[in-house]
Amino acid sequence: MLVFLKRPVLVTAEINLNLVALTVVALLSRLWRLSYPRAVVFDEVYYGQFVSLYMKQIFFVDGSGPPLGHMLLAFGGYLGGFDGNFLWNRIGAENSLITQSRLMLLESLLIFFNLLAVLSYLKFSNSQKYSSFSVNWWVWLILTGVSCSCAVGIKYMGLFTYILLLTIASVHAWHLIGDQALSNARVLCHLLARGVALLVVPVITYLSFFYIHLMVLYRSGPHDQIMSSAFQASLEGGLARITQGQPLEVAYGSQITLRNVLGKPMPCWLHSHKNTYPIRYENGRGSSHQQQVTCYPFKDVNNWWIVKDPGRHQLVVTNPPRPVRHGDIVQLVHGITTRFLNTHDVAAPLSPHSQEISCYIDYNISMPAQNLWRVDIVNRESDSDIWKTILSEVRFVHVNTSAVLKLSGALLPDWGYRQLEIIGEKLSKGYHQSMVWNVEEHRYGKSQEQKERELELHSPTQIDISKNLSFMARFTELQWKMLTLRSEETEHKYSSSPLEWLTLETNIAYWLHPRTSAQIHLLGNALTWSSANIATLAYVLLFFWYLLRRRRNVCDIPEDSWSLWVLAGTVCCGGWAVNYLPFFMMEKTLFLYHYLPALTFQIILLPVVLQHVSEHLCRSQLQKNIFNSLIVVWFFSVYMVYHTFSPITYGDQSLSANELKALRWKSSWDILIRKH
Amino acid sequence: KSLAITVTFFFYFCSSWDETHFGKMGSYYINRTFFFDVHPPLGKMLIGLAGYLSGYDGTFPFQKPGDKYEHHNYIGMRGFCAFLGSWLIPFAYLTVLELSRSQPAALLTAALITCDTGCLTLSQYILLDPILMFFIMAAMLSMVKYNSCADRPFSACWWFWLSLTGVSLAGALGVKFVGLFIVLHVGLNTISDLWQLLGDLNLTMVTLGKHLTARILCLIVLPLILYTTLFAVHFIILNRSGPGDGFFSSAFQSRLLGNNLHNASIPEHLAYGSVITVKNLQMASGYLHSHWHLYPEGVGARQQQVTAYQHKDYNNLWIVKKHDANTDPLDPSFPVEFVRHGDIIRLEHKETSRNLHSHQHEAPMTRKHYQVTGYGINGTGDSNDFWRIEVMNRKSENRIKVLRSQIRLIHLATGCVLGSSGKTLPKWGWEQLEVTCTPYLKETPNSVWNVEDHINPKLPNISLDVLKPSFAEILLESHMVMIRGNSGLKPKENEVTSKPWHWPINYQGLRFSGVNETDFRVYLLGNPVIWWLNLVSIGLYLLLGSISTVSIQRGIQLTAEVKGLCQVLLRGGGQVLLGWMLHYFPFFMMGRVLYYHHYFPAMLFSSMLTGILWDTVLRCCACCLSSFPLANWVHVFGISLLILGIAYSFYLFHPLSYGMVGPMAQDPQSPMAGLKWLETWEF
Repeated sequence: MLVFLKRPVLVTAEINLNLVALTVVALLSRLWRLSYPRAVVFDEVYYGQFVSLYMKQIFFVDGSGPPLGHMLLAFGGYLGGFDGNFLWNRIGAENSLITQSRLMLLESLLIFFNLLAVLSYLKFSNSQKYSSFSVNWWVWLILTGVSCSCAVGIKYMGLFTYILLLTIASVHAWHLIGDQALSNARVLCHLLARGVALLVVPVITYLSFFYIHLMVLYRSGPHDQIMSSAFQASLEGGLARITQGQPLEVAYGSQITLRNVLGKPMPCWLHSHKNTYPIRYENGRGSSHQQQVTCYPFKDVNNWWIVKDPGRHQLVVTNPPRPVRHGDIVQLVHGITTRFLNTHDVAAPLSPHSQEISCYIDYNISMPAQNLWRVDIVNRESDSDIWKTILSEVRFVHVNTSAVLKLSGALLPDWGYRQLEIIGEKLSKGYHQSMVWNVEEHRYGKSQEQKERELELHSPTQIDISKNLSFMARFTELQWKMLTLRSEETEHKYSSSPLEWLTLETNIAYWLHPRTSAQIHLLGNALTWSSANIATLAYVLLFFWYLLRRRRNVCDIPEDSWSLWVLAGTVCCGGWAVNYLPFFMMEKTLFLYHYLPALTFQIILLPVVLQHVSEHLCRSQLQKNIFNSLIVVWFFSVYMVYHTFSPITYGDQSLSANELKALRWKSSWDILIRKH
Repeated sequence: KSLAITVTFFFYFCSSWDETHFGKMGSYYINRTFFFDVHPPLGKMLIGLAGYLSGYDGTFPFQKPGDKYEHHNYIGMRGFCAFLGSWLIPFAYLTVLELSRSQPAALLTAALITCDTGCLTLSQYILLDPILMFFIMAAMLSMVKYNSCADRPFSACWWFWLSLTGVSLAGALGVKFVGLFIVLHVGLNTISDLWQLLGDLNLTMVTLGKHLTARILCLIVLPLILYTTLFAVHFIILNRSGPGDGFFSSAFQSRLLGNNLHNASIPEHLAYGSVITVKNLQMASGYLHSHWHLYPEGVGARQQQVTAYQHKDYNNLWIVKKHDANTDPLDPSFPVEFVRHGDIIRLEHKETSRNLHSHQHEAPMTRKHYQVTGYGINGTGDSNDFWRIEVMNRKSENRIKVLRSQIRLIHLATGCVLGSSGKTLPKWGWEQLEVTCTPYLKETPNSVWNVEDHINPKLPNISLDVLKPSFAEILLESHMVMIRGNSGLKPKENEVTSKPWHWPINYQGLRFSGVNETDFRVYLLGNPVIWWLNLVSIGLYLLLGSISTVSIQRGIQLTAEVKGLCQVLLRGGGQVLLGWMLHYFPFFMMGRVLYYHHYFPAMLFSSMLTGILWDTVLRCCACCLSSFPLANWVHVFGISLLILGIAYSFYLFHPLSYGMVGPMAQDPQSPMAGLKWLETWEF
């Protein structure tokens, strides 16, 4: 087509007239029927500069130069293990700051699966009329479900397309239910088939991604800390090496480290050290001047605590061990300083509404020790449950004041070495993870003497039992963590707001040649974007116009073109809306490439509208001809725009400063110009 | 038929919970002091009016929950809220009666709402919720009424209900923005209504036009007029300066008696040595501000913070100095020198003596912009402290007018413009707004400032007749400020907050007043029997509703009676279910702090659903059993059993609302012992 476009105008017009007309007619009239023309049309649409941006994007991925090369190779390398790696890739992308180009790649994969899902659903619904339950019918139906879950598996954005398809499918199913020519049994079969293919299959596929993901990634890595102790213990290396073979049941005399379950703003362990709270804080409030208790985000010997029976003096485990149960009263002794965890009616350093937690020092000033804590196992099965290492989530309720040991999330100032503040929440307003703790490292204490005990605390734990979490438990935790993990809200130089995408007010610079001014930008074809916008607007206006007139029994277009028009609109406009509008509610950093999935749907709408206009709105042959030649002109200008911007799309040419300035059509575009 | 259900209200002698908030605002109306709140003014205005009429003088300070009212006359305000709250019952009764045409259903609904301890507690105090719920239910009732007048359009009755809907919508929206949900509900109903009419080919286009116009008039124009009137009244009443001034622009403040800008008498032209405050022109932004704290490590250079701050504060004061001289321009031996357009100046922070400074480090939030800091010691800094002052709305004169000149400060070294991005800084910046230097020279209100206060002993004070803002401007501005205030109410990290899914299961209540055993305690908690019944009913409704729609769609033949019941279930129940969904689901997407009492409007709708559902189900049972002799009794018996059960549960839980004294519920000696069915309840 590009070649055609370069021929003299007259000829071009002729050829393109046919071609365009054919393409568009084929697209519309056969779009939902036959497989062959449709595929051709789609290819045409892709490769024929019709969606020049979309194509640019693919080229982009292909020929984007140095920064992407490795990534692409790597991707090629693990294409074999497609699914698992896929997710792995995605998680990596979400959690850490891998270059955007990788994200770009994901975006195009997402678009691919989105479109595949839509295409296969349309195929399926076309074969519905004549050949229900045929092989083809099944293949397309299941393919819809699978590609939907692939899309969701790549990015959660895929969920919106999935929901759109589910909605369309349920509307179709609703018509089926109303079809009284079908027997009840057949309707039920239809519904079941859809339910299995569109609900059960995607869920299973999605789970299998995670299954593979967790199978492949069985070693501990840099993001371990985010996960719970139990999860970490299920990974090879890391925590598992330490916790392997710990005694399961916490007994009186046990030496333990306590990890906060919420772990926000960072994972940490209950900690104490020799230093005391300052007598007066900066703001003039007083403290008890007792030993500090904090939450410390690193492993340290000062994180060890000993569980003590208030009625006895020993700090060792008896033989047989006496396990601690839900509701038992214990004292917690700090291993290195042998001071007791204590709280009293003194305001906490940074949260004055809560109580201070300290390790008790007797100053003989009529401030008695209040060091009894009730163990409250949150996830207990019965009220006589034993406190278990790693598995039990425990609250410590202070016996005298019923305050609950809690991580406030605030960072102490310099006197507290910027560790996290621990408080006693007086009026617990219900369950919150910041009040819940679990034992991570655990051993039965054996040493009577303090010196020996210190040695013991410094030595690593031993013994052998392995704890395996079920797949579903690990899946739920990982999924939950992924959904709730809030990435740092860093504003990026090229981040933009959804409104700017519509009018292409923004771009992203991906790469700049180290010496020349060759550069690669993510920048749409301005003409395509605006025509896609116009097409959407035209579609919506026309749709409502027809809708209102049909309600008054005025039918402007025949019944089947109307239903085609509605279906095309639901898919394209709906696809655009569900992939675009949700961004307005998101609080994360957004980039232009987030708009690309929506844009593809918008661009598919373009030929639909064009064809409709030429078929139904151009009354005379003359009008039709004018319209067609306009299309040709439009094609040509799209190509011209594409051609103009190709240097900064491919980055293969170094342009002069003036040329670059000329490319800056909008003042908001950030095109890099070297100063010298 | 009038409903003879009366609710006795008890009043007690100390203020509780949010009363401190809204009671105080009522007092502001009585004292005519300007304040700022995130909700529209109607609710507080009505509270103030009630207080005024009942002789409350507006002097009670409402400082913290639990303060004793003593001699203050607060009964009027509480009585007013309780009065509006008690209207909910007849409204719900009539709505359900209209939707289901069945008295038992309506009675059941009325019983549910009457016996709900939560609704009762919420109506007893000086809160916005009873007022809001009153308007929501009134709008619902009048909408249902005008729907049933559809067979005689343009009759007096039709007009009456239609316009009453509009009035109630304005009322609901005027109390809290939650009123938007009922507006949406009425809007959807109207669209479907018009769609029906459009499909009726007997109607001419002219009639359709009339229908459309009538609805636009009554449901859009009328509420809008009322809503703006409301604000007009609000602005007229509150004409004295108060705690909310700083949130608003200089022009807005000049309206307020007692504000330093009201009939201001200040030096007119800016001169070197003047002490000034500089206000950003963007609505709801603040004053240029600095304080002793530094930017934390990792955020640009570790120099003194410069922010925009919405409150009036001595840290907002800056001194205008010449860029090249550090002499004291206020020295009487020097002549007065005015600052002119294009001059290069230095702004010295009065409190810390640091200069307004910028450099090529990233700004803390808006990374594309440069950081603005306070730099230098005692006014001696470097060349990055120089700013060129430009007047945007300059005519012929080159001097800079206080308040009227819109000025721009351009950083000399980098060419960037001083602006406020409007983003809130994290905790280290005391949640004040970010100030940056933007390299983009676009002219937006963000980067334009005006001089507000101006102190210069060497210049004569001149009485300025400042631009009076138009009503539309102040209306728009106050909305911007409210929206910004609302989105600023974010929950803090590691704080236990109420989640929407807690609400329908009655997971946790709200402590209204009293904490300890000896205190007189009131606890806001729905009657669990009623709430769990409501929850079950929603599930049952969804089941029955889908069964009946599917059977209709499959074309299964039903008897006329069952068909009628299905209609009631789908139409009437559908309306109410929609109301429930609209008043509940949006909360899942809200980022602001949520409270248990946000569920109560939805709870009213769900109670109506319960009424309709159980009536229909029992009728259906009676229908199926019609061959048995006692079949007719099934319905009557069932409804009475439900009502009795609800009444008994109210008897059990009534101390929650009317107050409890004595030990907490976990203690076996407590009057509430055995009633703590969920561990999360704290009474």
